Amino acid sequence: MKRFWLFMPLIVALVVGVVLFAGIGKDPTKLDSALIGKPVPAFSLKNLKAPDASLDESLFRGEITLLNVWGTWCPACRDEHDDLLWLAREKNVTIIGLNYKDNRDDALVWLDRLGDPYRTVIYDPKGTLGFDLGVYGAPETFVIDASGVVRYRHVGVVNGKVWEEILLPVINDAQENG
Amino acid sequence: MLRMICFLMAVLASGLSIADVSAVYDFDTRSEEQRYQNLIAELRCPKCQNQNIADSNAPISKDMRNAVYQMMQDGASNEEIVDSLVGRFGEFVKYKPDLDSRTFMLWATPAIAVLGGLFVVAGVVVRSRRAGTSGPALSKEEQARIDEMLAKPDQNDNG
Repeated sequence: MKRFWLFMPLIVALVVGVVLFAGIGKDPTKLDSALIGKPVPAFSLKNLKAPDASLDESLFRGEITLLNVWGTWCPACRDEHDDLLWLAREKNVTIIGLNYKDNRDDALVWLDRLGDPYRTVIYDPKGTLGFDLGVYGAPETFVIDASGVVRYRHVGVVNGKVWEEILLPVINDAQENG
Repeated sequence: MLRMICFLMAVLASGLSIADVSAVYDFDTRSEEQRYQNLIAELRCPKCQNQNIADSNAPISKDMRNAVYQMMQDGASNEEIVDSLVGRFGEFVKYKPDLDSRTFMLWATPAIAVLGGLFVVAGVVVRSRRAGTSGPALSKEEQARIDEMLAKPDQNDNG
């Protein structure tokens, strides 16, 4: 029994070590979306590029899309913009933009100057759809399957690595189990 | 004079720190306002992680406070309001998560720690008691020598 107590500090250190080790490398600022497995929330908002046209959730039916939340006020959105262009042009990915808490003129200038990776851009100046999607910081990118169901949400910049390692596998899975 | 200036600065500063958060909402009754304050105090800001939405100035917290207020005006219960925000932002926004299989350890750890502590204390107490009652035992010869010494105190007396 005495012997056992001698080993107690070692055992405690090992248990604490395993628990803490499991947390290393996890980013606590990246939260899973509450909407995974649920359809895109209903909305009715204007089209950024065609101010008279209204858009709603049927926009996401028919093919797998990326929904990219961005704004001209968001520096990290500038960082990922070239990668979004690359995805749209080289990889033929359909990207739908959600222009979040922004104003139309700035957003149009941005797309004009930097290039436009989006098939359609939803204009959400008050952030209502963003709120329903649980967006807490742009940029965020959702993978949405052909029936309009959210499959994945990536918080932060999309780049080649994120595409290869995270988004592409989710898209492939959505294609197989669509 | 200096004291006066310090006092005035303190008063001004205290006003500044609450000015933005306490914002602009009107409530019909005092209890409704209290309910609002309680709700925003136990909802967590998803962007800033370690603040509730009452304390946070992040835009998302502002939106969430606004949503809480709007839902209250529409007559929603506390449960409905919290569920609606959890449905958007996830379980993360609750400072008091529900008890389920994922959060079991979170809730159980304090109880386990307290029980473990009690166990150790009980062990220490029991052991020291046991040690107290069974002191160093004397053999028969030793006991006999002691009895002998005590019976004839004069022999050991120096005087």
